[in-house]
Amino acid sequence: MTPMAEVPLWAAIPIAALLLIGAGLTFIGSVGLMRLSSFYDRIHAPTLGSSWGTAGIVMASMGYFSVLQGRPVLHEFLLGVFVTVTTPVTLTLLARAAVFRDRTEGNPDVPAREPLPPAAGAAPADGEPS
Amino acid sequence: MSATILATALAIAQLALVLAMAMAVVRMLRGPRAQDRVLALDALYLNCMLLLVTLGIRTGSVFFFEASLIIAMLGFVATVALAKFLMRGEVIE
Amino acid sequence: MSRLFPYPVLAAGLVLMWLVLNGFTPGHLVLGVAVSIVAGVSMSALHPAKPRLRRWDRIPQLVAIVLYDIVRSNIAVAALILSNGRHGRRRSGFVEIPLTLRDPLGLAILAIIITATPGTAWMQYDARREEVLLHVFDLVDESAWVALIKGRYESLLLEIFE
Repeated sequence: MTPMAEVPLWAAIPIAALLLIGAGLTFIGSVGLMRLSSFYDRIHAPTLGSSWGTAGIVMASMGYFSVLQGRPVLHEFLLGVFVTVTTPVTLTLLARAAVFRDRTEGNPDVPAREPLPPAAGAAPADGEPS
Repeated sequence: MSATILATALAIAQLALVLAMAMAVVRMLRGPRAQDRVLALDALYLNCMLLLVTLGIRTGSVFFFEASLIIAMLGFVATVALAKFLMRGEVIE
Repeated sequence: MSRLFPYPVLAAGLVLMWLVLNGFTPGHLVLGVAVSIVAGVSMSALHPAKPRLRRWDRIPQLVAIVLYDIVRSNIAVAALILSNGRHGRRRSGFVEIPLTLRDPLGLAILAIIITATPGTAWMQYDARREEVLLHVFDLVDESAWVALIKGRYESLLLEIFE
């Protein structure tokens, strides 16, 4: 018999629910990634998977191994923290790159950056500040 | 009883994650622009990592945790490098 | 002491991470402390700007607000994707928000909060104009978003960092 039979029922139900919530949200996020029509809409879709999609599955895994081994198993928590901190960084960088590319091509979807008034700064604000 | 509940939930969750990966691949192939492909690659990494965590639950082994941590780190570095490439045209300046 | 641990928060975080990964045993505690000393000393060689926190006691409140908002907007965005954007009537768009927050760490945390919450994404911060460009997935009222970001997150971050 698999070790799954050793998990008592009161723990199995919340673990299963967390698994389904996490996987469901990740699935919906990917549906959005596939179906939404513009890049700036699509950039919102993976955040579903990276916020509560990851949290649900990580919490399910933590609960399962904690119950199975009879002591708190917390290392999956690090995975959740890591994903929560890194995904916004990558998405922000990607958004910046996309805005920059669209602006240099003069794409009308993105608000163009009008030059600064002369009082605030001498140089026209057409370049990307590095 | 609890084994049935857990096994069913795991099967559904893994199916959903595999389908999510497939949809990310569709977006990656379809594009239309480079940033769409990079975004889809990031989502693919994330879904793959979550699939590995559920595999760890299924087999009851802690070994998959390390694999998913490494995939998460590789995904982060890869996407940051690709985003930088999109912006500047080169990774190392 | 401050030469061994130039960044106490970083050192404490590293020790805690080491113990969570390897199990709480005295041997791993010693090893984790050693790792955090090496990391802290090599970090100080980079001379990063030392973050200054003014109000520690506000951090739990910020974390609670952010977690609640992430749950709420997860449900909202999932419903929007499943209903095909209220059957095609959803409108997304860019919002420019003037910010008073200037601390780099505070801005970084604000960017992470906004992007981690489904439905809003941080696009670009213009340091000269002190304005940030956001993309909002379900844009109904622009001024409501400005008030939300400034009132809900920025005021708390200003209290913590400035």
